[in-house]
Amino acid sequence: MAVIHTAGLTKQYPRVTALDRLDVTVGEGVTGLVGANGAGKSTLIKILLGLVPATSGSASVLGHDVATEGGAIRALVGYMPEHDCLPADVSASDLVVHLGQMSGLPYAAARERASDVLRHVGLAEERYRPIGGYSTGMKQRAKLAQALVHDPRLVLLDEPTNGLDPSSRDDMLGLVRRIGHEFGIAVLVTSHLLGELERVSDHVVVLDGGRLLRSSATTEFLHATGSLLVEVQGRPDADRLLGQALVDAGLAARPAEGTMVEVDVRDETTPDVVRDLTVDLGLGLVRMQERHHRIEDVFRDGGAGDVQPV
Amino acid sequence: MSSPSESPARPTGVIHDLGYRPYGGPRLGEGPVAWSFFVTGLRNTYGLGRSARSKVLPMILLGLMLLPALILVGVLVQAKDILDLDEQIVAYSTYPLTTQLLISVFVASQAPALISRDLRFRTITLYLARPMRRSVYVLVRVASLSVATFVLIGAPLLLMYLGGLLADLPPGRETGRFLGAIVGAALLAACLAGLAALVAALTIRRGLAVTAVIVVLLVSYTVVSTIQGIALGAGHEAVGEVAGLFSPYTLVNGLQVFLFDSPDATPTPPSSDVMGIVYVVATLLTVLGSIGGLLLRYRKVQS
Repeated sequence: MAVIHTAGLTKQYPRVTALDRLDVTVGEGVTGLVGANGAGKSTLIKILLGLVPATSGSASVLGHDVATEGGAIRALVGYMPEHDCLPADVSASDLVVHLGQMSGLPYAAARERASDVLRHVGLAEERYRPIGGYSTGMKQRAKLAQALVHDPRLVLLDEPTNGLDPSSRDDMLGLVRRIGHEFGIAVLVTSHLLGELERVSDHVVVLDGGRLLRSSATTEFLHATGSLLVEVQGRPDADRLLGQALVDAGLAARPAEGTMVEVDVRDETTPDVVRDLTVDLGLGLVRMQERHHRIEDVFRDGGAGDVQPV
Repeated sequence: MSSPSESPARPTGVIHDLGYRPYGGPRLGEGPVAWSFFVTGLRNTYGLGRSARSKVLPMILLGLMLLPALILVGVLVQAKDILDLDEQIVAYSTYPLTTQLLISVFVASQAPALISRDLRFRTITLYLARPMRRSVYVLVRVASLSVATFVLIGAPLLLMYLGGLLADLPPGRETGRFLGAIVGAALLAACLAGLAALVAALTIRRGLAVTAVIVVLLVSYTVVSTIQGIALGAGHEAVGEVAGLFSPYTLVNGLQVFLFDSPDATPTPPSSDVMGIVYVVATLLTVLGSIGGLLLRYRKVQS
């Protein structure tokens, strides 16, 4: 069963269209929601939580309709907001226990769960100190802990790596991956940094201006090119010589970044052909690798410009 | 702790990573969650479950509220016959008026701690992302503040009542007066908490909220009692009776005079039935109006 499903979901504010007839299906595991600021990511999350009504269209989360069963959804979903939301004068431990109770856990269970999730997010002794003295990294961990305390079936993480230094960012992304794969909780994680989501998510949904640009498995983003990058050396014009030889051999080849040559893979013999031609030309083969797409390419080629004007 | 017999190479204190454990226990419904939210809010108004510093003011205020009652009870019990007393030295219904400064400071300091705090830190987002509905959040917050204020006003009255029974005042008459005073205390607490919560919800700045509530409560009381004094002196009691509607303290006291025949504590209590009914209606409007205002205010709060 799909964790999240939207059909023709539209949110119209007086001046802007935040979401425009969005059809998205999100399954188990980690799903990345990518888009520039203002692409509609946060609006989508608030609609999914049943906090903001959609203008038209429908959406369901874990089989519950967002328009009528918001309370049931919020009992099963954890939400980590993008902005600061932690009171300065209580400890993370007390806050997470309290919020666990607010999600319906009895007090004793809330205490136990809070201590568990605080350990998982990596807040040690500092959990007993007031949050006001926390670093940004520790605050993000506390925010994540409160989203997990009631053992939700789905967590919505809005920009969890915001404001973190590179090493805390890696820690946070590692945690997000663990939540999706080891904890067995479905994750919808937003970011405006594509590289991050490439690393942690199984599936990527790209939003642009409230419209769905693309939704597919991360591997498709990364392996869709079907071409090889070849780097040769030995002579100053080595790349042009090889390129010409490849074209003569009937392969589609073109210059790529630097002095590399990009060759379309025709069948499984293509790498052999490239190797043989290189040897025949007396050149040294430095490397030959599959060309990986990056999610950025979705925006660059065939991206936002390609969407048909309505 | 490792015992000396064990080899130091094999520490016994290993922390096992149990991995993630899902929760399969019971999940409570809307009612128990709201109750637990209410209890937490009530405890927080007295600084329980908050930092040591935030316990100081509410506890001192509660002590100061009880102190005069304790002295009055002492005097009543010890010197009843000498002074020839056959009723409370200060009427139950007059007590909150005498101590209105303490009550106002309590409400002004604790309303922002409950209301503005969630708005300032945007913690409200975390509450709204949970099953509790927005309106329930507002009602429970006001209820916590009302009951905390009620405890502050009612505790000394209870002390006086028990002291009165101890001093052999007629139990039937005392119980009747005490119950009337408790109803008045509850209404006063609801009025004060509603107004203070409404003011506190309009600002996210704690200091501003405290000042605003103090100004609203103290200034209104001072102005009203001044007008009432002048009106009585000038022989225009009607003016003073109308003025009495504009401060929660005089309003609820007037209501007690009308409904429970309590002794006058303001210069110009409502003298006619019509005016008495106006006082009752005004009290209800204050409570319901401030709750309605809060619900409207929170409708606009960003989730």
